[in-house]
Amino acid sequence: MEMLSGGDILIRGLQEEGVEYVFGYPGGAVLHIYDALFRQNQIQHILVRHEQAATHMADGYARSTGRPGVVFVTSGPGATNAITGIATAFMDSIPMVVISGQVQSHLIGTDSFQETDMIGVSRPIVKHSFLVKRAEDLPVILKKAFFIATTGRPGPVVVDIPKDITNPTDLVPYVVPGKVSIRSYNPASKGHTGQIKKAVSMLMASERPMIYSGGGVVQGNASDLLRDMTRELEFPITSTLMGLGAYPASDKQFLGMLGMHGTYEANNAMHHCDLILAIGARFDDRVTNSLNKFCPNAKIIHIDVDPASIAKNVDVDVPIVGPVDSVLADMLGQIRVALPKRTDANKTRLKDWWEQIEGWRRQDCLKINKVAGEEKTIKPQEAVKAVYEVTGGSTYVTSDVGQHQMFAALYHPFDEPRKWINSGGLGTMGFGLPAAMGVQIAFPDETVTCITGEGSIQMNIQELSTCAQYGLPVKIININNQSLGMVKQWQDMQYEGRHSHSYMDSLPDFVKLVEAYGHVGFVVRDLDELEPILKEAYALKDKLVFVDIMVDPKEHVYPMHVAPNGSMRDMWLSKGVRT
Amino acid sequence: MKRILSILMENEAGALSRVVGLFAQRNYNIETLTVAPTEDATLSRLTLSTIANDKQIEQITKQLNKLIDVVKLVELTEGEHIERELMLIKLRATGAQRAEVKRTSDIFRGQIVDVTGATYTVQLTGTAEKLDAFLNAMSETTVMEVVRSGISGLSRGEKVLAL
Repeated sequence: MEMLSGGDILIRGLQEEGVEYVFGYPGGAVLHIYDALFRQNQIQHILVRHEQAATHMADGYARSTGRPGVVFVTSGPGATNAITGIATAFMDSIPMVVISGQVQSHLIGTDSFQETDMIGVSRPIVKHSFLVKRAEDLPVILKKAFFIATTGRPGPVVVDIPKDITNPTDLVPYVVPGKVSIRSYNPASKGHTGQIKKAVSMLMASERPMIYSGGGVVQGNASDLLRDMTRELEFPITSTLMGLGAYPASDKQFLGMLGMHGTYEANNAMHHCDLILAIGARFDDRVTNSLNKFCPNAKIIHIDVDPASIAKNVDVDVPIVGPVDSVLADMLGQIRVALPKRTDANKTRLKDWWEQIEGWRRQDCLKINKVAGEEKTIKPQEAVKAVYEVTGGSTYVTSDVGQHQMFAALYHPFDEPRKWINSGGLGTMGFGLPAAMGVQIAFPDETVTCITGEGSIQMNIQELSTCAQYGLPVKIININNQSLGMVKQWQDMQYEGRHSHSYMDSLPDFVKLVEAYGHVGFVVRDLDELEPILKEAYALKDKLVFVDIMVDPKEHVYPMHVAPNGSMRDMWLSKGVRT
Repeated sequence: MKRILSILMENEAGALSRVVGLFAQRNYNIETLTVAPTEDATLSRLTLSTIANDKQIEQITKQLNKLIDVVKLVELTEGEHIERELMLIKLRATGAQRAEVKRTSDIFRGQIVDVTGATYTVQLTGTAEKLDAFLNAMSETTVMEVVRSGISGLSRGEKVLAL
């Protein structure tokens, strides 16, 4: 029997799982692990500059590929620095395995150097966690960790390993684990046939249907099925922030994003519909506005792999627990049988519904308003649109959090899943750059854009150094409004314009800053420079280029739900104009 | 409305903290909690009582089921069930009080399990309501110390919570 140390068993286990990249940062408690990593060449390690960035990189890698991201951090501060990234992955259901070093077993509980109760600290933000007590247990624990992280509703799993477990001089027999089974964990593999049948008959009978699609469709690899089903039904469809790209944004049946910053047509169609087919979406408070006014006439069918997501915020008429791909496949089969029997009266009602929707579309809620004297001013929306036009929509886009995120979601159409990567649930500033790096590592030949702001980018700007080390040619589009735009917008709207700490004073010269790291930087001040400079930036295929775009600092994101106590259709459409 | 949940979970370090943490994290309340290993050494059985309406208890049950360490659970209050709680109560028992304490504890089918010249310690088993009633009846007496086990329970009849 093969005898291995815990450190070597860990690396072997990761190899068995097919792990290509590990994102991490070494330290005392993981020295044995890093030595085992050094003595192999199958897994490549990406050395970050801050552990938070390691988790976001693993996250970006996971979101773009669908494969779990893997992170190494040391005990204590290494582990706590990873917390924000773990929470980000948890909120958006992203598969991730975080290997954290822990102090030696006999020191646990003694407040020893760099000791933190990682299992305790991470407990509310992980799908599950393991503290390894014996090196012999490592193979099975790792196998379980990957199984849990990637199945059912995916999420992050922490494996905390005390230093003595990985000691190179303690050899234990290594046994390749077989298939894992966990008696208390059996995610649904198929939706209930009876419920699906009921749902299909409701879809056929509805007069004003709406499909409300979420991040679960992207994560559950069900985009093709969603497209086929939506097109065959000829129903209108909207998407959450997390679901963008699952259905092609350029398709005429797509009404745009819904919710707090959703389009006029999507929010109105939701409010007036008589049936919602919710797929892999969770009726988040940023979608529903006031729950007691939410879609008053709608019956709801809710498909989700996580039963706890169903009927959590809104009551549901037909719950369907199961993986979205399998449920949609079953549903589509039944729809194809039912569709030819659709009555003329039903077709007419659907046509009337579309006419009503076209009326809302004519509002043209995303029109960019410019007044005289603003000809040269760059509106942030124009910056986002220019990125789309220059890249022809071919780029992966990651974003940070704030106004630029909403502008990106609204003004950059996504026609494919996994191309739009942002922190929707937790809303983590500092996510964009490391997430883009994770995508770039997974897809070295693709264009990867990070749309960010001067506030967010500074939360993980040290990763410009990592980009230099690994030659990651990310394109950073800095929508620079010299203020924490979303905070400022709320202060404008709800605090009589008192801009408490929402200014970004003492901004660095970003061009000089990126040049110091060996990258290329441009600054754009006038609208007529925007496209030429972006073209130049994207032409530098092998370079990281930072484009600092000075935009109108007064711009707000619209539409915006009137809150609190508003319904889906209550929106601000521009400054001072509401529905 | 009072709900009693009976939970079978993996008898592993940290399992209890996940259950308790879930309640804190999601703003549910725990009224009582009792946990011990079962006849199967790999499992612990936890009985928990909480106040929740139908919608809340549905969400609590779903969230508990999501915990990897939770193997199986049942809401006892959904059907016919037996619930018991153990209370030990140390009372000042001197003079006329001494006979009175003894009499009342007999009425409640309590047992006196420790005696000193000035105190009685009474052991009482029953529903939480019965224990409350005894404490009420003792309101004239000096209660020195009370300890309650929290509710344990089982479904009535053939129904069992097992793997």
